[in-house]
Amino acid sequence: MLLKELSELNGVSSREEAVRAYLRHRIQDKVETVYTDHLGNLLVVQGSKKPGPKIMLSAHMDEVGLMVVGIEPSGLLKIKPLGQIDERVLLAKQVLIGEQRIPGVIGAKPIHLQEKEERQKPVKLSALFVDIGAQDKKEAEEMVKIGDVAAFDVKAEKFGDRLFKGKALDNRVGCAILLNLLEKEYAFPLYYAFTAQEEVGLRGATVAAFGINPDLALVFEGTSAGDVPTAKKHQQSTRLGQGPAITFMDRSVIVNQALVERLVETAKEAKIPFQFRKATTGGTEAGVINQARTGIIAGTLSVPCRYIHSPVSLLNLDDFENTIKLADAFLKSIERKGLPE
Amino acid sequence: MNLETLLMELSAAAGISGREERAAQIIIDLFAQGEGAQWISEFSQDRLGNIILRKQGQGPQPPRLMLAAHIDEIGLIVTEMDQGFLRFSCVGGIDQRVLLGQEVIVHGREDLPGIIGAKPPHLQEPEEKNKAVKLKDLIIDLGLPEEKVRSLVQIGDPITIRRDCCALKNSLYAGKAMDDRAGVVALVDCLRRLKERHHQAEVVAVVTVQEELGVRGARVSSYGLNPDLGLALDVTHGDMPGLADYEAFKLGQGPVIVTGPQVHPQIFKTLKAAAEAANIKYQVEAEVTPRGTDAYALQMAQAGVATGLVCIPLRYMHTAVETVSLKDITETSRLLTEFIMQIDRAFVEGLKCY
Repeated sequence: MLLKELSELNGVSSREEAVRAYLRHRIQDKVETVYTDHLGNLLVVQGSKKPGPKIMLSAHMDEVGLMVVGIEPSGLLKIKPLGQIDERVLLAKQVLIGEQRIPGVIGAKPIHLQEKEERQKPVKLSALFVDIGAQDKKEAEEMVKIGDVAAFDVKAEKFGDRLFKGKALDNRVGCAILLNLLEKEYAFPLYYAFTAQEEVGLRGATVAAFGINPDLALVFEGTSAGDVPTAKKHQQSTRLGQGPAITFMDRSVIVNQALVERLVETAKEAKIPFQFRKATTGGTEAGVINQARTGIIAGTLSVPCRYIHSPVSLLNLDDFENTIKLADAFLKSIERKGLPE
Repeated sequence: MNLETLLMELSAAAGISGREERAAQIIIDLFAQGEGAQWISEFSQDRLGNIILRKQGQGPQPPRLMLAAHIDEIGLIVTEMDQGFLRFSCVGGIDQRVLLGQEVIVHGREDLPGIIGAKPPHLQEPEEKNKAVKLKDLIIDLGLPEEKVRSLVQIGDPITIRRDCCALKNSLYAGKAMDDRAGVVALVDCLRRLKERHHQAEVVAVVTVQEELGVRGARVSSYGLNPDLGLALDVTHGDMPGLADYEAFKLGQGPVIVTGPQVHPQIFKTLKAAAEAANIKYQVEAEVTPRGTDAYALQMAQAGVATGLVCIPLRYMHTAVETVSLKDITETSRLLTEFIMQIDRAFVEGLKCY
């Protein structure tokens, strides 16, 4: 299963090799051109000779994770996050380090030896470490180098009722959507950008948008869902099972009104469920694409995911499929009606 | 029998205190019908679920030695349903901070995989991030509609961490429930070793239940067996940053022989001597509190039992990544075996002479 394979690949920001190799292998025989750039974006061109507007579809390959920044004399690894990780989710988790996928665990002090006050405070990142079982620094260095990255070790699988569980669903789900759209034919030139380093500052998309210079860009994301009883109603940015989430505004972009309207109109016409992403916090690649060169119309379509940026997240498979349907219907609407104006 | 496989299977098996059946079944299968049946002379279980593995001693009036290692693990239990999500409480001592983002299995009418979630960090106020997540802020997400959850789950259903044991370097193994399944593995390995040995003592190895809730299994089994001497086998803290050397022990450096009020001085001495004679590396821990291991129940059984305590060093106790060394487990079983060889009627007679 595509989502399972993508979720279980490790591609922490700036170390996207495994994801890029997997994607390249899957698409290289099916597309007109595939190339990479200096940041490691994997870029695909379809129908470059076709008339009509140039459309860019983007999804980032990278996931949040940890970088090994030091090796202690004891052989324990000191770590720092790549991307935003709530340090409170790190305790007592298993990780895989580097290309060799060396297993390690993030240790935690036993409750028996803690003072009561200690338990009221989160463990600071500076106190966390990864244990690979090495006896000392020398032995650890035989397996792990400073600068290696660690990803959570989590099996991806179907879960509950029509849900899917795994790590890095933000944003392997976006990669899966792009792969699905790649199978289809459209009457205009399409540029697919599987981008690098989104989680550390939208870096891949920034340079990809400059290079492609499209007339319109649509970004695919896994976005935070708040439909849990511990969140208040107004905090429920998106809900699982309610369809793709359309962004009208977030911290990074105010989406062009005509584009939002076209997405809504398309969903309604095709009877595809949709929801608005209610939170105006958070940002996506649409923000940097929007401000590339002299400005590019850019929007974001997201699959709601619970518990993103933690070891294990959940999405709804109907939302995933409906996002592909809505994207496809939107692209077909451009064939019929041209760009949203 | 492969010790590594047994350790990994036991670690992954569900068995919170009072609901030990599945983990216990692995031991029952091994000794009731499996390979272990030939290592012992009698298999039984008592009303609380303790598994009693008896091996006869040789010679006249064999003294009875009871060994104890507990099979129960800490875990969680369903206390409330909230819009299709579950609220829960802890069974045994758990730092609530290690629960966020863990996968669990809710043992309802069927086994249901779940995730321990909370409010997404993006939606939290900045000051919330500076506080530890409280138990009341955590929920279990089964990904099922509310009515399905109600039909499959009941208040009181046990919950275990869902975690496959993973092999690290240097024969270290990380997973849940190593406390005290590592001890159970050492116990099993000791019985296997004893098959080849002629020992005077009658050895009764008890795989105990409900240790984490106050050594309850050991209490009733030691009463029932009324042994001449007892030896509990548990885990102690392994070294990690933030712990002092005297309270945390090195992994891979051998069993920890414990001294303190709950340990009979003669047994402590004999354990050390047995280790030295057999070239077994060991560490010594002074433990002032008697609670926390089956040794407590053993010592206080009936008219009192001379008791010893041997521990396997374990890092990150009561978390989902409890880490032990397989070498320490086999060295512990070797120490037990050598200790057992020292026990005869005369040794036991001497235990009352202070």
